[in-house]
Amino acid sequence: MMRVFRSALRALAAGALVALISTAPALAQDDTPPLPNESWSFSGLLGGLDLAAAQRGFWVYYNVCSNCHSMHQLHYRDLAGIGMTPAEIKKIAASVQVPVGLNDQGQPIEGPGTPASQFRSPFPNDTAARAALNGALPPDLSLIVNARDGGADYVYGILTGFVKPPAGFNVPAGKYYNAYFPGHLIAMPPPLQDGAVTYADGTKATVPQMAHDVVTFLYWTANPEAVQREQMGVRVVLFLLLMTGLTYGVKRKLWSHLH
Amino acid sequence: MAGLHKSEFKNPLINWIDTRLPIPSLLQKEYAAFPTPRNFNYFWNFGALAMVALVIMIATGILLAMNYQPNTALAFGSVQHIMRDVNYGWLIRYIHQNGASMFFIVTFVHILRGMYYGSYKAPRELLWMLGVVILLIMMATAFMGYVLPWGQMSYWGATVITNLFSAFPYVGHAIVTWLWGGFSVSNPTLNRFFALHYLLPFVLIAVVFMHVWALHVTGSNNPLGIDPKGPQDTVPFHPYYTMKDSVGICAFLAVWAFLVFFLPNLLGDPNNFIKANPLQTPADIVPEWYFLPFYAMLRSVPNKLGGVCIMFGSILVLFFLPWLDTCKVRSARFRPVFRKLIWVWLAATVALGMVGAHKPLGFWVPLGRICTIYYFFHFLVLLPLLGAIEKTLPLPESISQAVLGRGAGPLPNAATAAPMEKA
Repeated sequence: MMRVFRSALRALAAGALVALISTAPALAQDDTPPLPNESWSFSGLLGGLDLAAAQRGFWVYYNVCSNCHSMHQLHYRDLAGIGMTPAEIKKIAASVQVPVGLNDQGQPIEGPGTPASQFRSPFPNDTAARAALNGALPPDLSLIVNARDGGADYVYGILTGFVKPPAGFNVPAGKYYNAYFPGHLIAMPPPLQDGAVTYADGTKATVPQMAHDVVTFLYWTANPEAVQREQMGVRVVLFLLLMTGLTYGVKRKLWSHLH
Repeated sequence: MAGLHKSEFKNPLINWIDTRLPIPSLLQKEYAAFPTPRNFNYFWNFGALAMVALVIMIATGILLAMNYQPNTALAFGSVQHIMRDVNYGWLIRYIHQNGASMFFIVTFVHILRGMYYGSYKAPRELLWMLGVVILLIMMATAFMGYVLPWGQMSYWGATVITNLFSAFPYVGHAIVTWLWGGFSVSNPTLNRFFALHYLLPFVLIAVVFMHVWALHVTGSNNPLGIDPKGPQDTVPFHPYYTMKDSVGICAFLAVWAFLVFFLPNLLGDPNNFIKANPLQTPADIVPEWYFLPFYAMLRSVPNKLGGVCIMFGSILVLFFLPWLDTCKVRSARFRPVFRKLIWVWLAATVALGMVGAHKPLGFWVPLGRICTIYYFFHFLVLLPLLGAIEKTLPLPESISQAVLGRGAGPLPNAATAAPMEKA
């Protein structure tokens, strides 16, 4: 009886396997190249952050990205996190016009920003952004590195992925071909050209260099706590592993006379 | 006059309290002297681990609630405010976010341990059923908690799952409207999910209390699945199992901390970093990993109502497990066939988890269907059948004989129950 039962089970399992294999589909062809594999200061478990690259990245964001993209979750005071001094932060904040409340007639007015101001948004709202940009809405960049599969490599890929479309690929007006964008048709024109910004530290502003710097900056805007988190994590995890070892030793000693 | 409790505590303050409200005596009896089988393996840690997880989730959850805004316009930003501006807000939030996964991991192991060693069998049926109630409340709590950050996956997950109730004939759509408090997942939905997400963990505490109470009436099962026959088969819970649980708790917290500090978003979905947008459906709507096997069963049935029934049935069938498994022997160690089949069942369930993570295309569809059928086949056919035909192995005479390899001898002094003098 048992034997019949077991062989019946085995037959069932074999049948299931055959059914699975026979229905496996041919793998779909995908024309998206593998994501670039950049070397990031923040990758790995104990990444850290290249502050100079992050500061250069802010400069790219400030001069290029922020013309279209909002950054709602950031305040100018946060820039202390990439090593900017209070004086630098004040100067940057004062260089932009942000909403500062109402005038005596109750009308909203703008004025120079302070370190407490939110990053300036290029458009008052999403509808205004779409109206100005041919119907396309530039995504908020605060969390963009965390909000995309592939993370930093994907964002770097988009910034450097404006290549010639393959023969026969029709790119309609107002769209651009990007190797890494899903479907390849992106509404953002190539944002970076060699020399688009001038770096204060003399670094040559090539497209890959600017893309690398701005992605470093965007990693920080999405994960401002990462460096502190990883440093604290080493101590916490080591402490807990030590405690595990200690309690295990005490447990062994306590139980030893029971065996 | 009602009799005062006769306290044996020597400390005058403890004695004074114990005489009037005998909580110290209760703790002494249930957590210090409580006779516990001496042969637990480390799988018996996981109940305590789940308890630790629940306490940490409630503590971090209360702190988060102090800074969270349950409003569709503010929720996403308030979570970012917690992550960026609240002192150590990122730590509290990542503990809570990863805590959901850690809570489910240890609970699943705890359940699997109960299934392997037959902990659900008489006289522990009610104890087991209370455990299934705990699982259901956990699932509801986790689902509603995932909606609160109001990201894309929060919103669309909530839309998909609440829409399941529309499968019920006639009243389905009315139920869904009632659940939403409107005609789509919207502000009233978020607000009530927040209220319920705060409430349910305290309901959970009450059910956990009953679960532990029932455990302390029946006593614990053990890897041999045989009842302790006397003091030689047990040790007092304290210090033996408090110490053994401490080892597990430290290791558990180390794993949890590793996720929190180094891979905090490993188990999350990138889409939830995008604010909820009712006008834009994500390419894939995937639930959290702990729901994937159930989600796969839902999708494996080509009929909506059927899928919903199968999904809920996959949990409900657990309520009947004590009676579906007709074998009198508890532990899988002495059930040569069951010991293999339980792994087949687990493999089918894990495979369902993988099916749930993929689009229902190609071979994932038949795999999901086969595994769904096998999941129920195990409970509804194999277990009742095995009880009738399986030849179980002979059980050892007693726990002490099995673990010490000799007859019951006198125990060393330290192992016998002694009142906790220092209290």
